[in-house]
Amino acid sequence: MTASSSALNPPRQSAATASPDDIFAAAQSLRWEVGRDFHQELMEAIYTDAARIADRVVTRPEQKPRFDLDRTIDRLVTSRLWGFPIMIGLFTLVFWITISGANVPSGLLNDLLIGLIHPWLKGLAAAAGLPWWLDGLLIDGIYLATAWVVAVMLPPMAIFFPLFTLLEDFGYLPRLAFNLDALFKRSGAHGKQALSMMMGFGCNAAGVIATRIIDSPRERLIAILTNNFALCNGRWPTQILIASIFIGALVPSYLAGIVSALAVVGIAVLGVLLTFLVSAFLSRTWLRGEVSTFSLELPPYRPPRIWQTIYTSLIDRTIYVLWRAIVFAAPAGAVIWLVANVTVGGAPLAVHIVRLLDPVGVLIGLNGVILLAYVIAIPANEIVIPTVLMLTVLMTGTQGAGAGVMFELESQADTLALLQAGGWTLLTGVNLMLFSLLHNPCSTTIFTIYKETGSRKWAAVSALLPLTIGFIVTFFVAQVWRLAAGV
Amino acid sequence: MTTTTHTPTQSSSNSPCAGCPAHHSSNLLRLGVDMTDWDYVIALAGNPNTGKSTVFNALTGLRQHTGNWPGKTVTRAEGGYEFGGQRYKVVDLPGTYSLLATSVDEEVARDFILFGQPDVTVIVVDATRLERNLNLALQVLEITDRAVLCLNLMDEARRHKLAVDDRRLARDLGIPVVPTAARQRQGLDALLQAVADVATGRFVCKPHRIRSQSPVIRRALDRLVPRIEAAFPGLPNARWVALRLLDGDERIAAALRNGELGELSQNTIATASLTLDPTPAS
Repeated sequence: MTASSSALNPPRQSAATASPDDIFAAAQSLRWEVGRDFHQELMEAIYTDAARIADRVVTRPEQKPRFDLDRTIDRLVTSRLWGFPIMIGLFTLVFWITISGANVPSGLLNDLLIGLIHPWLKGLAAAAGLPWWLDGLLIDGIYLATAWVVAVMLPPMAIFFPLFTLLEDFGYLPRLAFNLDALFKRSGAHGKQALSMMMGFGCNAAGVIATRIIDSPRERLIAILTNNFALCNGRWPTQILIASIFIGALVPSYLAGIVSALAVVGIAVLGVLLTFLVSAFLSRTWLRGEVSTFSLELPPYRPPRIWQTIYTSLIDRTIYVLWRAIVFAAPAGAVIWLVANVTVGGAPLAVHIVRLLDPVGVLIGLNGVILLAYVIAIPANEIVIPTVLMLTVLMTGTQGAGAGVMFELESQADTLALLQAGGWTLLTGVNLMLFSLLHNPCSTTIFTIYKETGSRKWAAVSALLPLTIGFIVTFFVAQVWRLAAGV
Repeated sequence: MTTTTHTPTQSSSNSPCAGCPAHHSSNLLRLGVDMTDWDYVIALAGNPNTGKSTVFNALTGLRQHTGNWPGKTVTRAEGGYEFGGQRYKVVDLPGTYSLLATSVDEEVARDFILFGQPDVTVIVVDATRLERNLNLALQVLEITDRAVLCLNLMDEARRHKLAVDDRRLARDLGIPVVPTAARQRQGLDALLQAVADVATGRFVCKPHRIRSQSPVIRRALDRLVPRIEAAFPGLPNARWVALRLLDGDERIAAALRNGELGELSQNTIATASLTLDPTPAS
């Protein structure tokens, strides 16, 4: 049935000689003649032609260079012995540079945005005679939440993303995938999952879309469901901040940077281990099936174009993530200010909710503030830390700041003091790092999973699976911790 | 995604330099994502890691992130540019090693070249890995007869002291071959010109078709191809359709039976009659 919607009249007599159905039938019967090896033969024909043409046009140098730098590097970074230590070492280095470099600019931004501009805005509002609730909602809610996100997140991102992109442009990630391939295969998953996981370290929604490179639906689903175990953009800053103020504080200051970096790497490695464990679990229970093979090309190393990389990663990733954080922080700031200022039965709404969540929170070594922050931060993980800080200020009533108003934190020591006033211990810090790795993905990712799988069921599983694991792990850690501390 | 739109001081079509071969770069007007009223559609195909996205960015002025590993571009990215007074829409297809459609990315690329009927398909290949890259190039040439080979990463080839005879390659493939080093922006002028030549019909391709087949396959093709050509006159890839049917490709079988192929052949006839029309589309 040829559609004849065109204005031009195609020659019609031919349709009588061969209808599409006839052709299809003919092809079906011919398939018996050409045999089962047809596909193989076709590929061979293509390869033969390609080889013949390439052979004619390419002239190779007479002598192979004796020392091939690319192959030497490859042998080292993909070696059985050195592959994983080099991987851990490189990532530790990246985080160490990020953590030790981000402190000073963060403090400067804080001074500017919260120390200088905020009082100035308040003065302006007072002069304009704004009603207290409008002034509170706009300046203490929306402006402060946004400013805090910028001050807390911009410096680490502006250091981390260019470094990560440099590694990527240099050609290191395919080697990483090569190293991890055997482990994925043993977990009953597709080797290409290593690549979608790498994308997940940037953004889980992008990682989920990247699973399209996996042919088998079963293995693709495994890759989608476990992508959340790759720490994303929105969660790196939480890890970095909490590691510096809780873990870094445990050791002398000259070791603080490297120890915090190792803690963050530890969490990221735990995420990778869970990716394998959960993949293995899924491929042995609900998603059983054959493992497919594929060939992964190790591309040549390319000297990264440093300035362009820094520019692109600043524009593409840093500004993008920051913008997303700001877009979500502004309404979240309004929500926080509202729950902090709408009073029910003499106490702010937030206090009721936090008290309600507190027993569950404490049971798993966290607290009600953190749980409420994770509910408010469902649209974007980026705003967890600012929300936690604002709510803690509200709950502790520190420094006479207005209800739900974030105040200036001069340094990480102040942040630590505030959190300790809110009842935080080292256990809270460790469990927050674990929970940040193990909870539901952000709403963008969940929606992407729904679109990619076309199934509400799998979207729900993708949200509930990590959340359940998160509750189990943090509960277990809290119990063991308290037992050990009690003895 | 950022858009860099260069506003022209004057329309390049009435510039005195238009048409002068020495002024190609100044004729290039990057349109970013502004893709209104394009005259031609260009598809970018190629293996992963051949600099396809770099070529795309160089043409459109967009800054799509480039990465040298597969999976970077899973969906297709689109942008535009203006050259010699004509507006071109560029579609960056996912990088794949073949077009036999075993995975989503291969299907996206294959479907666009087949059903999207781009005016020109630019096949970006890595000059240092020509043999492997030609596998895909040959598959593209089975589907479309309007293509340009962009022999990219010539700088790498020179670094490895490889010499590639691009004229011989062009003769063997039957399509224009342009050596480029997109990262250094070398050879892009010639690429733009070659694309324009194929798009406007100034250059007519005689694409290489795969020859090394067994006698059994050749006999099967001899029986099937004439029937497909009779049913769909003007279809540029009857032989490829026959190969796919023999391989049991369900997507192509469905296209055959539900009329999609019929529409393709009619589009080709319509385009052919438009090309005969002496007034250029503008």
